[in-house]
Amino acid sequence: MELVLSIGIGVMTGSGVWLILRPRTYQVIVGLSLLSYAVNLFIFGVGGLKVNAPPLLGTGADVSTLADPVPQSLVLTAIVIGFATTALFLVVLLASRGLTGTDHVDGKERPK
Amino acid sequence: MTGLSHHLIVAPILVPFVAAAILLFIDERSRVTKAMISLGATVIMLTVALLLLHMANGMENAAGNAGGVYLLGNWPAPFGIVLVLDRLSAMMLMLTATLAIPALAFSLARWHNSGAHFHTLFQLLLMGLNGAFLTGDLFNLFVFFEVMLAASYGLLLHGSGQLRVKAGLHYLVINLASALLFLVGVSLVYGTAGTLNMADLALRLPELAPDRRVFLEAGLAVLGVVFLIKAGVWPLNFWLPTAYSAAAAPVAGIFAILSKLGIYILLRLVMLTSGDGTALTEVARTVLLFGGLATITFGAIGVLASQALGRLAGYSVLVSTGTLLTIIGFGGQASASGALFYMVSSTLTIAAFFLLIELIERGQDAGASVLAVSMEVYGDADEDDADDEIGVTMPGTMAVLAVCFSACAILLSGLPPLSGFVAKFAILSGMIGSGAESDAAIGPAGWVSATLLILSGLCALIAMTRSGIRTFWASIEGTVPRVLVIEVAPVLMLLTLTLVLTIGAGPVMRYMQETTATLSEPRNYINAVFEARRIGQEAARP
Repeated sequence: MELVLSIGIGVMTGSGVWLILRPRTYQVIVGLSLLSYAVNLFIFGVGGLKVNAPPLLGTGADVSTLADPVPQSLVLTAIVIGFATTALFLVVLLASRGLTGTDHVDGKERPK
Repeated sequence: MTGLSHHLIVAPILVPFVAAAILLFIDERSRVTKAMISLGATVIMLTVALLLLHMANGMENAAGNAGGVYLLGNWPAPFGIVLVLDRLSAMMLMLTATLAIPALAFSLARWHNSGAHFHTLFQLLLMGLNGAFLTGDLFNLFVFFEVMLAASYGLLLHGSGQLRVKAGLHYLVINLASALLFLVGVSLVYGTAGTLNMADLALRLPELAPDRRVFLEAGLAVLGVVFLIKAGVWPLNFWLPTAYSAAAAPVAGIFAILSKLGIYILLRLVMLTSGDGTALTEVARTVLLFGGLATITFGAIGVLASQALGRLAGYSVLVSTGTLLTIIGFGGQASASGALFYMVSSTLTIAAFFLLIELIERGQDAGASVLAVSMEVYGDADEDDADDEIGVTMPGTMAVLAVCFSACAILLSGLPPLSGFVAKFAILSGMIGSGAESDAAIGPAGWVSATLLILSGLCALIAMTRSGIRTFWASIEGTVPRVLVIEVAPVLMLLTLTLVLTIGAGPVMRYMQETTATLSEPRNYINAVFEARRIGQEAARP
């Protein structure tokens, strides 16, 4: 499971970094989304990977059978914030497209 | 400390938050109401900041004084989220509030009309800043960072126009990417140290097993990169001059403190982990020193090369960042208290300069200005100016502007008699002068830093003289800009504050020295956080 998760994070980060270095705003936004998925999975990963372990604490419960709840709450916050800022970026992207007539990140095409 | 005054600590977050929420419900057309609410909230914030400053100043250095720790949700320290008020955070709160009032007053002349929700975004920006200064928890810091950034995206785009949208796009992508890095850093720290509380982290740091330490150090390094991006260290700062010079004047004025937020966190983390006794702090200091030196050099070259005044101011922000980073990296209490003084002085100066630039460029030909877009906004605004007179058009406008401009030049280059000189003098005497606490020989780092510091002042002087002559003496059009009293008053207010800072340099420097003395004893901070009592618990004790 660790291997699958780390390959997933690696592939998404690699593609994300490649895409945010591309000159089109659409590529950049897809790249940022991929990167944020990778980061969210990464946060999950630092809590330790466990299957079928609830993040709940009862009296007398064995801590080793439970999942760490903190990374889960961190991930939830990160998802919400990441979603909101990506939506904001989308608005700016459209405004830039409307004002300049091109989807190049610099607002103008490279002279040929 | 008990009672109501203790709850003041959370007020700098709540006041702008409530104000922003109320402002959302008021229609865009009732501008006066909105402006009054926004200004009122900011004045309350300034009062609270003053009280908190007084409170922090009264605190003793001795360990065990937990008066400045506020337990949100009444959970004890490593489990719940804490707000920590000490001298440094109180000073930053004060600086934010002092900067916010002139920027807001300036915007009342016309800027707050040129887009929707200006006041709401402004208040949210203040909330994010105050929260980030107060928090004692890394993840909470991330949340406040994002609140501040989200508001700053909106404010940067305020007034619209192609230039702003382009600069805003770059600013957004840079900050989204750095937010992701922030998350990576925070989760690495949590994964290895098992805590996000800064005090708890400093406590656990020396006890970690070496194989986990590697990851923790990597996490802290990633976090450091995020704050360096925010502060604008070379080579992560190419977005900064463009973004700051594209922003509307009052927005750029308040943005002057955004880069100082990165510096604040770096200073806090470096100081907290300095009790660790390993190579970690040494490495961090070296990076900061060299990054700072490179940033000063880059900023000074940029200042010399700038054609437009807006870019000149943007590069001045970089010089200021570089100076502060160099001194944090250099270490030493005497120069660090000078650096804090410099931080206050340069933030006020740069904010005043950003506001002033807009007034000066208003008189110039739209084609001659790089800020052609904002000139278009004025073209529209000038027409309804006659019926919508807020203040009196001043006679001798150019003279007032020229005086302000020369004051800015003196402050930026660090010449006497204003506070820029006092700040640089304090820094240099801490580095190479009699103020240095050890008798050890001054190393090459000290000499290089001191030389670059003085040279950057010279560059600022040359650039400011050149632009001053071009603007005031050799102006081609010779048109006098229409400037309202309410627009020039904030600039004068900020410049007067630097004068006050010069006259009151003694008490202010004493405060800064106490601040650095407190910071250099991380045990104070850690003990204060852990000894904070829950409210119920406190009542139960005799």
